[in-house]
Amino acid sequence: MSAKRQKRKQPLPAPGEWTFELIEAYHVEIDRVARSYGLDTYPNQIELITSEQMMDAYSSVGMPVNYHHWSFGKSFLQTEKGYRCGQMGLAYEIVINSNPCIAYLMEENTMTMQALVIAHAAYGHNSFFKGNYLFRQWTNADAIVDYLLFARNYLSECEERYGEEEVELLLDSCHALMNVGVDRYKRPAKLSLTKELTRQRERAEYLQSQVNDLWRTLPTQQIKTQAVETRRFPPEPQENLLYFIEKNAPLLEPWQREVVRIVRKIGQYFFPQRQTQVMNEGWATYWHYTLINTLFDEGLLTDSFMMEFLHSHTNVVYQPAYNEPWYRGLNPYALGFAMWQDIRRICEHPTDEDRYWFPDIAGSNWRETFDFAMRNFKDESFIAQFLSPKVMRDFRLFAILDDDHEGKLKVSAIHDEAGYRKVREILSDNYNLGSREPNLQVWNVDLRGDRSLTLRHQAYLRRPLSDAADEVIKHVARLWGFAVKMEVAHEDGRIEVLYERHQDRRKTDKN
Amino acid sequence: MVRIIDRRFDSKNKSAVNRQRFMRRFKGQIREAVADAIAGRSIKDLDNGESVSIPSKDLSEPQFHHGKGGIWETVFTGNDQFSSGDQINRPQGGGGGGSGKGKASKDGEGEDDFVFNLSREEFLDVFFDDLALPNLVKTQLARIQEYKNQRAGFTNDGTPANINVVRSLRGALGRRLALASPYQGRLRELQKQIAELLETRPEDDPEIIRLKDEIGILRAKIEAIPFIDSFDLRYNNRIKIPKPTTQAVMFCIMDVSGSMDEGKKATAKRFFMLLYLFLTRTYEHIEVVFIRHHTVAKEVNEEDFFHSRESGGTVVSSAIELMKEILHQRYLNGAWNVYGAQASDGDNWENDSPHCRELLSTAILPFLQYFAYIEITPGEPQNLWREYEKLVGAHANFAMQHIEGLPDIYPVFRELFKKKLA
Repeated sequence: MSAKRQKRKQPLPAPGEWTFELIEAYHVEIDRVARSYGLDTYPNQIELITSEQMMDAYSSVGMPVNYHHWSFGKSFLQTEKGYRCGQMGLAYEIVINSNPCIAYLMEENTMTMQALVIAHAAYGHNSFFKGNYLFRQWTNADAIVDYLLFARNYLSECEERYGEEEVELLLDSCHALMNVGVDRYKRPAKLSLTKELTRQRERAEYLQSQVNDLWRTLPTQQIKTQAVETRRFPPEPQENLLYFIEKNAPLLEPWQREVVRIVRKIGQYFFPQRQTQVMNEGWATYWHYTLINTLFDEGLLTDSFMMEFLHSHTNVVYQPAYNEPWYRGLNPYALGFAMWQDIRRICEHPTDEDRYWFPDIAGSNWRETFDFAMRNFKDESFIAQFLSPKVMRDFRLFAILDDDHEGKLKVSAIHDEAGYRKVREILSDNYNLGSREPNLQVWNVDLRGDRSLTLRHQAYLRRPLSDAADEVIKHVARLWGFAVKMEVAHEDGRIEVLYERHQDRRKTDKN
Repeated sequence: MVRIIDRRFDSKNKSAVNRQRFMRRFKGQIREAVADAIAGRSIKDLDNGESVSIPSKDLSEPQFHHGKGGIWETVFTGNDQFSSGDQINRPQGGGGGGSGKGKASKDGEGEDDFVFNLSREEFLDVFFDDLALPNLVKTQLARIQEYKNQRAGFTNDGTPANINVVRSLRGALGRRLALASPYQGRLRELQKQIAELLETRPEDDPEIIRLKDEIGILRAKIEAIPFIDSFDLRYNNRIKIPKPTTQAVMFCIMDVSGSMDEGKKATAKRFFMLLYLFLTRTYEHIEVVFIRHHTVAKEVNEEDFFHSRESGGTVVSSAIELMKEILHQRYLNGAWNVYGAQASDGDNWENDSPHCRELLSTAILPFLQYFAYIEITPGEPQNLWREYEKLVGAHANFAMQHIEGLPDIYPVFRELFKKKLA
């Protein structure tokens, strides 16, 4: 790096205190270098905020606007306390997947940190949001802020009309199901504010007309129901619990269905983030590192700037070993950064090993390979595809098999010739949402009898549900309005009823 | 291309609503925490918030997750000793971050209680809620201090309305004198010289003309000194000073005989706290005298007052006697407003009660602003109550209340407040 370094430009000043002019000046340079690497981003909107506003943003799940709920108050108190006691620092930045891409910079940051954050968030994350297929499919950067605004207004309207208590209980129940509100294999429709408003009105009217229909007592109706009764409902098991409830819960009123839908839509917005931690953080880290270093090579940055930058960067990508007390699992920044760096190495300076493991990309153009990888993968597949033996050796990865029927743990594979594939496969599976989270399905509704809803947990490797499931079932019962059963299908074919909740009918009638 | 926006001065407290919702939802727990806090606090300590802890189980937001058990295969970093196929013992009790269970830590997280801080206002809010205070009274009490404007000399700047003319002109005069004095000195000197010269020379002597010219210049300079300068302006200074400027003493008398259990003492404590709070709004300096009694009375510190255990019979007059003694010794020099608060379960030695009434009526009530008696007993009023009832009509500064629960305390203060608010 220092060999390449040419002193031809006047370095940008790097005082401790930032100014708006300096931020602008740094942004111009970072932007220029990012373009030269071909990073494609949404336009940037950089917002400077205080630490208190940062805590606000934290507690409303990083969103610029959100509806009101006690759980956000709780997380605010939590963050505030942690911050005041010095137990935790706040993140230097929050970036919102929207168009324009909003990046929050904290006022307390030094100029160096602001530059790092701009490179990391406004170019790293931003380009990832714009390029990655999951984000393209599941989120709509153009509409999200409008949608959140719509959601907040709608909910406060509901609060006025039906009471805060009522709305709060409904939201509690919806939040409990937030992470089972996604069809993993179906793509959602795009959002837009005006469409959303008209659609919501239309549907409310339609549903109301259906309700009126119930009071009609025509004989033809009976014939119809008999035909339905013989059918199974739902015809296929459904994995999107929230969607199922929104469409089929018998007793929900139109506004309640709308609230369920809002929570589902917002939950869905976070779905890609949960699956691209390693890739996304690694990508952003790789780019802040590369962009800043390029600027340094051009002579635009001072040595003191670089010292501070490297200090922060090193902290971010620190990976403790399994037996150190501060081990908290794999650090997605560290692993992601190492993998992206390694991909570039494989492209530019492949070894024989690389040629054997990665015949497709060894020696290829690294920018094209990067682009391909960033666009078309998520953590699970990214690791399965690109984790090289070298990174496994560098991290000294090993896999442990924990079978609760066995007395001891077993080391199933380590970073050696025999174990590379196995370790990679297991690590990839560790990031697979499908195996990380329980597989739940809406199994059946007893249309003929008591209208009870049966959920089924398809057990995988004997992994049980946590005790919280009982609480969640109560919430499902509240939404469904009738009894809810939770059963587990063991791998040996046994079916066992875990929980059963009856909804108090008098309460529901009141609604 | 890029927009840089300064949001630092946007409205703060975006989360205030969420915080309120949180407080409302966990009112029960918060109230309990406040009750505990009151038990542990000094009755004078009402100006702080309180940290409240809520079992995290109560505020969990449940979701579907995996529990412990089953088969898990997890990748770790930093292998320093293992080869494929090694068997290792399960780590005990999650010691070390690298325990074998990938998911266990996720569910085990946050088992500690959730702790957060109530601000002073929120703390008082809950405190008042229990006591069922009317809103007007709450705002009266929660207000930190009332100020009044008072003159405090003069300042160099202020609004034109506050200019003090005399002071300003006096300053101007002083300045003019000071600035002119070198010229005046020289002027006198020149005039003296002219007078001397005129004795020997004619009036049109060049030397005399030169001196006269110089005198002319000096006079012009003296003229040029401004009559009044912004520098001279003085303004009346007014400062705000806290209104309560007087002092009070508050007597707390409590029966600690065997029949007063902890619950009754806790109620009594609230009663004392509330009175104290009332007084802090009116008086700057408050002394508290704690007298506890069973068959004999003793002046004690707050700690002993609420927490030491005594038992035995009850002779209330012993305490009233002691109060009278202390009152007459220390607080009757005219500088003190005296308040009395007595809490008892009313179970007095039969022949003693009339004596108590007598003492209060003659030796104490005439010197007091207010005396409040609460009888904490679930059943019928006891004999002390019946005696005290006779005082109510005769003395306007005497109030009594029979208390079963906390909401009954407030009426005791209603009378007191009518006066203060008027």
